[in-house]
Amino acid sequence: MRASHNLWSVMKDGITAAWPICVGYAPIGLAFGVLAQKAGLSPGEIGLMSLLVFAGSAQFIAVSMISGGAAPIPIILTTFTVNLRHLLMSSALAVHLQRLNAGWLSLYAYGVTDESFAMNMTRFREEPWDWRRALVLNHTANLAWIFSTIIGGYGGQFIPAGAFGIDYALPAMFICLLVLQIRGSLYVAVAVIAGLLAVACALLFPGNAYIVAATAAAATVGVFLRKWNGKASKSEETL
Amino acid sequence: MKGDYVLLILGMGIVTYLPRWAPLILLSRRQLPEWLRQWLDFIPVAVLSALIVPAVVTTGEPRQLAVFQPALLVSIPVFIFAWKTRSLAGTVIIGMALFWIAGKCFH
Repeated sequence: MRASHNLWSVMKDGITAAWPICVGYAPIGLAFGVLAQKAGLSPGEIGLMSLLVFAGSAQFIAVSMISGGAAPIPIILTTFTVNLRHLLMSSALAVHLQRLNAGWLSLYAYGVTDESFAMNMTRFREEPWDWRRALVLNHTANLAWIFSTIIGGYGGQFIPAGAFGIDYALPAMFICLLVLQIRGSLYVAVAVIAGLLAVACALLFPGNAYIVAATAAAATVGVFLRKWNGKASKSEETL
Repeated sequence: MKGDYVLLILGMGIVTYLPRWAPLILLSRRQLPEWLRQWLDFIPVAVLSALIVPAVVTTGEPRQLAVFQPALLVSIPVFIFAWKTRSLAGTVIIGMALFWIAGKCFH
């Protein structure tokens, strides 16, 4: 089944798929805007950061480093390590973006976030979905992020800290995105291994390398489990 | 460092964009070997778990294990809700509400 290329249906599908992400981004973006404004960034600079970086957790970390008086180079290096996980996400997305030219790929790359990645991967697998709809999803989420962070920068001081469970919006979003990725016991196993490894590495080592390390290791174990599983079921068939 | 903010943001933007861009350009035009496709197939579930689990069972800097914290307690019903409904917006709203209530109970 192929998805329609009609502009209206592309926009509608992309925006419909993006709106739950926007619901999650709104409180997180507001919270970020408040912190960034307290750290001394103007609403213009907040908007510029959301536009050019577009990576929630890295932006939070950068702002807390700015408040702590860190120099630019350590902030940029930290941003790099926090966002290195996108390397793995873009690699996984590449499988679904064959035959796309370099210009569209470059535009697509801009919108790769944890949320858009997880959402688009689910759609690519489960329904007629294409790069056009995925791009609309990316940029709808992007707009929601930019606007909510700027609004936070202007008026966020009126929201008391910790109100309405804002701090939990991101974890809740990740939990649901994780659930959407589970397609069988092998995926449960990989999730459990990744979670345990990530906790162990996060406790043992400072910094954020634990995300990429645990992800790569757990996916590798997954490949071996699948191989071993496949062999087991084959030998059962021959019996 | 007022004037430097723009340069800082630019630097952050470049180091964030490159890892998003390079794999798309390098990998989308070639036929990937089967083992790599399988490996990439596990990336979503692995990376989300590696992001969420440490966030709800550790606290502080340097990080310490903290199992009895509202974030983890709330995560259990939130996980069940997500599993049953598969609704992202619903999960975010329920999660925030529960976390807010849990915060009030803990203090």
